[in-house]
Amino acid sequence: MHTGYEAHVSAPQQNTGSSLMKSLLYLPIMVAIVIAGAFVTGQFQYPILSLVIFLPIVGGAAVLLIPRSNEAMVKWTSLILSVIVFLVSLPLFTNFDKTTAKMQFVEKCAWIPAFNINYSLGVDGISVLFVLLSGLLTILCVTVSWNAITDKVKEFYGSLLLLEGAMIGVFCSLDLFLFYIFWEAMLIPMFILIGVWGGPKRVYAAIKFFLYTLVGSLLMLVGIIVLYYHTGHSFDVLKMMQTDYPYSLQVILFWAFFSAFAVKVPMFPVHTWLPDAHTEAPTAGSVILAGILIKMGAYGFLRFNMPFFPEATVEMAPAMMVLSVIAIIYGAVICLGQKDLKRLIAYSSVSHMGFVTLGMFALNFQGIQGGIMQMVNHGITTGALFLCIGMVYERTHTRVIADYGGAASQLPVFSAMFMIFTLSAIGLPGTNGFVGEFLILIGGFTASKLLGILASTGVIIGAGYMLWLYQNVFFVEVNPKLTGIGDINEREILTLLPLVILVFWIGFYPNSFLGFMDVSVQGLIDRINTANNLQITQHVGAILK
Amino acid sequence: MNIPFPNLIPVIPEIIITTFASILLLVELFVKRKAVLGYIAIIAAAAAFYALFCTDCLGVTFSDMFINDDYSRYFKVIFLINVVLTVLISLRYIQKEDAEYGEYYSLILFATAGMMLMASAKDFIILYLGLELMALSTYILAGIKKHDIKSNEAAIKYMLLGAFSSSLLLFGISLLYGITASTNIYDIGKFIISAKFTPVLMVSMILITVGFAFKIAAAPFHMWTPDVYEGAPTSVTAFMSVGPKAAGFAVMGRVFYYAFNGLQLEWTPILIGLCILTMAVGNIVALSQTNIKRMLAYSSIAHAGYAMLGVIAGTVEGQNAMITYLIIYAFMNIGAFGIVILLNKGEQISDYCGLSKSHPLIAAVMLVFMFSLTGIPPTAGFIGKFNIFAAAINAGFTWVVVIAVIFSAISAFYYLRVVMNMYMKTSEEDSLITTSPSLGIALFLSVLAVLVIGILPSFVII
Repeated sequence: MHTGYEAHVSAPQQNTGSSLMKSLLYLPIMVAIVIAGAFVTGQFQYPILSLVIFLPIVGGAAVLLIPRSNEAMVKWTSLILSVIVFLVSLPLFTNFDKTTAKMQFVEKCAWIPAFNINYSLGVDGISVLFVLLSGLLTILCVTVSWNAITDKVKEFYGSLLLLEGAMIGVFCSLDLFLFYIFWEAMLIPMFILIGVWGGPKRVYAAIKFFLYTLVGSLLMLVGIIVLYYHTGHSFDVLKMMQTDYPYSLQVILFWAFFSAFAVKVPMFPVHTWLPDAHTEAPTAGSVILAGILIKMGAYGFLRFNMPFFPEATVEMAPAMMVLSVIAIIYGAVICLGQKDLKRLIAYSSVSHMGFVTLGMFALNFQGIQGGIMQMVNHGITTGALFLCIGMVYERTHTRVIADYGGAASQLPVFSAMFMIFTLSAIGLPGTNGFVGEFLILIGGFTASKLLGILASTGVIIGAGYMLWLYQNVFFVEVNPKLTGIGDINEREILTLLPLVILVFWIGFYPNSFLGFMDVSVQGLIDRINTANNLQITQHVGAILK
Repeated sequence: MNIPFPNLIPVIPEIIITTFASILLLVELFVKRKAVLGYIAIIAAAAAFYALFCTDCLGVTFSDMFINDDYSRYFKVIFLINVVLTVLISLRYIQKEDAEYGEYYSLILFATAGMMLMASAKDFIILYLGLELMALSTYILAGIKKHDIKSNEAAIKYMLLGAFSSSLLLFGISLLYGITASTNIYDIGKFIISAKFTPVLMVSMILITVGFAFKIAAAPFHMWTPDVYEGAPTSVTAFMSVGPKAAGFAVMGRVFYYAFNGLQLEWTPILIGLCILTMAVGNIVALSQTNIKRMLAYSSIAHAGYAMLGVIAGTVEGQNAMITYLIIYAFMNIGAFGIVILLNKGEQISDYCGLSKSHPLIAAVMLVFMFSLTGIPPTAGFIGKFNIFAAAINAGFTWVVVIAVIFSAISAFYYLRVVMNMYMKTSEEDSLITTSPSLGIALFLSVLAVLVIGILPSFVII
């Protein structure tokens, strides 16, 4: 350890005033970027999606080339890059046409002609919000890791940026081959993030994460190739969405794709990698995992399973809903017994993702819309909770709930922030969580009363464990171990602030986000209905009753 | 008796390689710096490559015994890549290992000439000649560290088992000659289609399959592989793990597609059995290895299993996918062995602990090779697997592919263990390396090929 250098770097960290001064110095650069971004968005047509995907990938590679000694430059480059990426992606929000279910911002060119593979990108109402969310969460991951990561700094930020590019690629791909490339390529940086900078059992968690995901993905690869031959030698997603495959093929392929997506979500029997990965990953890794990565599974169901295999989807929907409800209740009950902060939030993810899949497989408008909304909400809320835990862990170096207590008097600002996210996780009206869960439960009840009621108990248990957690960490008598730790600083407040805003924005005016998906969700439901030629809700209901 | 002088144009690449190999033997007497010989070998490979692609040398010659077609041409590319990369990683290494004999490079070229003959064989006689030329040269190469007992053991084991398998192959060929009265692969094919199926035919086919299975190290004929790979000098291991294996696949493809095409219903289940067993043995036994050369040996057995899917498919698409797979495999496998050579102490998997701390660039390159061997995009390994799986699925062998992907997932574990050691564990002592410009070039070429093919596969997908 080069102690002299370390001391030099860590000095401003204790003095919040000087760190603020330091960030003010960079303000002009930021302003310049904002102006440049606004200028570009207003004036020119540019391939937004390619830029959003490859800016972080190229940037991540560039970060790896910065000399190791220059940590400040690594951090600032990554921060500026991630901010630029987010700004570049903003036209997706402002210029998105909410009146069409068609793909937008489409880019297409031939890539591997021998296999009729195209480099084909585009977003619709189902995917656009996740592109934006990925951009936002990556910025927050950079800022929250500012002082937490001291070892192999440039590799960390490089991996993070590479991961961002691959994740956005997954959401934008309209060619199954391209999708698969991003889907698997993403594993490499995530594996490294968990395994190198994680907690004590990080290696075990990283391998487990990698193997679980890989088995599922490879089975999907076989499915993709079979689908390719049945679509007339094409990987075109849009073409597949309009092809009607024979029913027996649909069922087999449904399970092939299910194996990949269910592991990612994770659905009930294959969820066991998640608590380990979430718990052992560094804060940024947990945030990306919870915020984006596990959403890809649910997104995969919506983008591929449902429109490709509509008849199989209707047939399997009851089974999927039952699995979802098991995940909701099981995840929630397990949470009640957790001693570790991160593990508790990890299991709560299992429960919350159960809501998401429940809503989606209810196969009605409210359910699917609620499912997508809840994915965004879960990304915001759980992402924020992991950020919070990371911040407090930096101060106390413990994640055991029993080591906390009375933190509200020590960290007043932090405890207020944490309260907001706790309430959002519970689904209190006025926060984003309420909107998603409410829509899902409407959808769930429409499809099956019994499952709707069972799922509601998950909400109640959810309130139980989150409030119990909050009480034990922030109230009761002050734990002596907590004395002398400082409240969160400006950098950390700024990290959480965008998420606080989003919690209330979605909570009070969800239409500015729900509006994005209205038409696309309707298009998806129409596809399922016309393929099945009957009213889905009745059908599913009949099977369950 | 009037024997016409054969048309030599289709054999020009082989003539170039053989001539250079002979010249090397002579030059070796006069030069002190043996590295010069290595450069001459590279020039030979380049000249042969030029002859293959820049001159009009396709055709049949030697009374219909030798054929230079696109199929053999692409295999020859693999052999020449193999020569160039092997020489580049050898230059410094064999000096260090005290194995720098002049014959080394000459033997590499002779072995390559044998492989090229095999790929071009239109007749079982040529096939056998090529096979023996290749085999004898590699036996010596495996034992070239004369004073190293492990190297001796490797050579003896390889020679004994190799001779045994060659005799089985020869027996099969002679039975086939007894039935069909021909040694020409294509004539035999025509005969078998119209002939009645007899048990003798089946026996001869099985014997020939066994001979080939030995060369490609397919289970249960793989027993020699780990010991030979471990004992032989690492550069020779790299050479052997690519060249003879690819040559084995070249003859396998040709013999099964053209000589035995009438027996496809019979050989498909045999090959499927071999393929599944090979993948199972390779991947499962690799899990418990602690020596990286043994681990890579089992991994190369497993890769033979994947490549065999191309033969099983029984289509031209399958053949192309197999060639593509082997080209990609050449780069990633020799690359991985190059890293083993680069480290002064790199034979144990535990030697890789903390490599990312002491040599981040080398660790990153090894990471690329390991992920490529696993078959994770955006590396070439994925393209190879995708291509071959697609061919097998199109031919209707989806269930075999499902088994292959499951083993492929299992394989991730042992490749990841190397990555894990490099990135997630620490070691007290920094690992030392011996660099040389040629090794650097070899690694650069390999890693570049793995990444470029991974992102722009149009180069290799035919």
